[in-house]
Amino acid sequence: MLRLEPRKEVSQPMLYATPVMAVALTIAAGMIMFLAMGEDPVRAISIIFFDPLFDSFSITEMVVKATPLILIAIGLSFGFRAGVWNIGAEGQFTIGAVTGGSVALIFWEVEGFWVLPLMSTAGILGGMAWAAIPAFLRTRFNANEILVSLMLTYVAILVLSVMTHGILRDPDGYNFPESRLFHDSATLPILIEGTRAHVGFIVALLVVATAWVLLARHIIGFQIKVMGQAPHAARFGGFLESRVVWLCLMISGGLAGLAGLFEAAGPVGQLVPSLPVGYGFTAIIVAFLGRLNPIGILFSGFVMALTYIGGESAQIEMNLPSAITGVFQGMLLFFLLGIDVLAKYRIRWARQYASMEKG
Amino acid sequence: MSGILKKIMTSLAALALVLSVGVASAAEKTKVGFIYVGPIGDHGWSYEHDQGRLAIEKAFGDNVETTYVENVSEGPDAERVIQQLARAGTDIIFTTSFGYMNPTLKVAKRYPDVKFEHATGFKQAPNVATYSARFYEGRHVIGLIAGSMTKTNTIGYIASFPIPEVVRGINAAYLAAKSVNPDVKMKVIWVSTWFDPGKEADAAKALIDQGADILMQHTDSPAAMKIAEDQGIYAFGQASNMHTFGPNAQLTAIIDNWGPYYVSRVKAVMDGTWSSGDTWDGIGAGMVGISDFSDKIPADVRKLAGDARDALAAGKLHAFTGPINKQDGSAWLVAGETANDGDLAGMNFYVEGVEGSLPQ
Repeated sequence: MLRLEPRKEVSQPMLYATPVMAVALTIAAGMIMFLAMGEDPVRAISIIFFDPLFDSFSITEMVVKATPLILIAIGLSFGFRAGVWNIGAEGQFTIGAVTGGSVALIFWEVEGFWVLPLMSTAGILGGMAWAAIPAFLRTRFNANEILVSLMLTYVAILVLSVMTHGILRDPDGYNFPESRLFHDSATLPILIEGTRAHVGFIVALLVVATAWVLLARHIIGFQIKVMGQAPHAARFGGFLESRVVWLCLMISGGLAGLAGLFEAAGPVGQLVPSLPVGYGFTAIIVAFLGRLNPIGILFSGFVMALTYIGGESAQIEMNLPSAITGVFQGMLLFFLLGIDVLAKYRIRWARQYASMEKG
Repeated sequence: MSGILKKIMTSLAALALVLSVGVASAAEKTKVGFIYVGPIGDHGWSYEHDQGRLAIEKAFGDNVETTYVENVSEGPDAERVIQQLARAGTDIIFTTSFGYMNPTLKVAKRYPDVKFEHATGFKQAPNVATYSARFYEGRHVIGLIAGSMTKTNTIGYIASFPIPEVVRGINAAYLAAKSVNPDVKMKVIWVSTWFDPGKEADAAKALIDQGADILMQHTDSPAAMKIAEDQGIYAFGQASNMHTFGPNAQLTAIIDNWGPYYVSRVKAVMDGTWSSGDTWDGIGAGMVGISDFSDKIPADVRKLAGDARDALAAGKLHAFTGPINKQDGSAWLVAGETANDGDLAGMNFYVEGVEGSLPQ
């Protein structure tokens, strides 16, 4: 019998090495998979993991993909540190797009520098409002926020569907469920002409910096950490648990809502029912792959974006199935969690362990 | 095991080489790209477009290189995928779902030298052509069969989005069914997706619960056909022959035959004669096909449907021939008048007799 025994001290370098090892193991396992499929493993891996890094278009598209992932993951990392499990960022993302996008459509063809900030505010508030439901139910009735936030995701997607089929539908769009294209003042400025990389990325970088300061230097970060690692101590210390729950859900909800609005006002340029494509869920992997550390999340957001872009390239250039992307993302999380266990625990034979105790 | 390890090690070594040398470019071939909304294994819409792609390969052999990306949602990813295809040196790109319209136009603006073909859309550009098939002609044929054969006088219809193409299909099928069975009713369920076997199956079950004994669909998977087979009722294959999913259930199928069009457009690119425009072909041109009639269909109905098919092909019959009123009772076509293409392209109303309202 194998058993896991907690290591007394987890080495700090090890914690930072595990994500890198997970990526390496994913690549190795991917090669075995391609071999088994009868494809050229070197070509496949280089198309998925390396070629996009040396191609300016792919890099800008990674920026487009990484922006919402980073924004959402930063928000989630606050809660995950404190043991507040917001699994419903996808829903908050969707509602943020609806509320922010509605502002764009209400002020359709109204030009002004204030339109985008107003939309962003509406997006943040929308995401917060959606996250307030699990926050309220948890603090008031002790309802499990994992289930509540997850289930609300499906409600949010239906809300978007109702809106795009109904009052927000493009009157000149032949009944197709999508809104008008946002006008110029309601579309995010592009960073590099001819690409889709937008100013949302700059905002994401600012959010990363702010989060780093908050977590490392501010009392809020300290409270969150204590709450996650030693809830009893936190209560002794006089931190209100409900305050931390609210704080974490408001941060993650607001950032997810902002990410949703950026997606609608950036690469898509309108509201469509298929706007949510799973960033809210992928961001959970991003947060853990980044060790819940803002700088780590910045990098892991790009790694995850790379699997999307590379997966598409592999389809185009090698006619590989579209499931490739999902397989790689799944392997990444699997190996990360697996190595984490090995980093935090020691594997022992149970028999040996028992005899040691006797002696 | 060590064999695999060894292979991986050599692979890694080779990888470094590949990275430093770069990939050699292919010879001068016409490159053709496709983007599909579902998987090519949907046995419906995307499957038939992929059959069209294979027809191109067959027609031009080594002179073409085709590629495709499947399962691309009509959301933020579509534009990037189309742009990736354009950047990969593709000469002509077929974007095969309505929701790719705006992304196609955006990318087309950036790549004026690449030709784009958007299926079922209504916006063109100098390098963006649109094409679609007159599926409603096929709907007329299956409407006649369904109207003649339903015992409960209830036809179930699984619809996707209330765009003109889908509304047209419902109206055409209903009018044909009613022409042979004045008591016929049509129940429509909107599933808001092109491809979702689970939702399509649920809709099929709900329609059967409401009394439908014949199913039609405007979605891409054979899920409803399987339900029909299980429940011992009839259904019509959509986009592709779904006989294997309902050997007893399928009465006939409306088949999208894109191959000839795709081959002609690629040929035009090779010859330098490609130009933008809108193509809308039906049974006559072979873009819409009707598969073999099941022997479950009575002989007289088979003849009725076969005659209608031939008349539609010859241009002697139009699926929308007056008198036809709109659902609200206002007149649309007077006796003998046939619908013009403009009205058909923008159809956003039910005809008189169809129950329910279009999703708002």
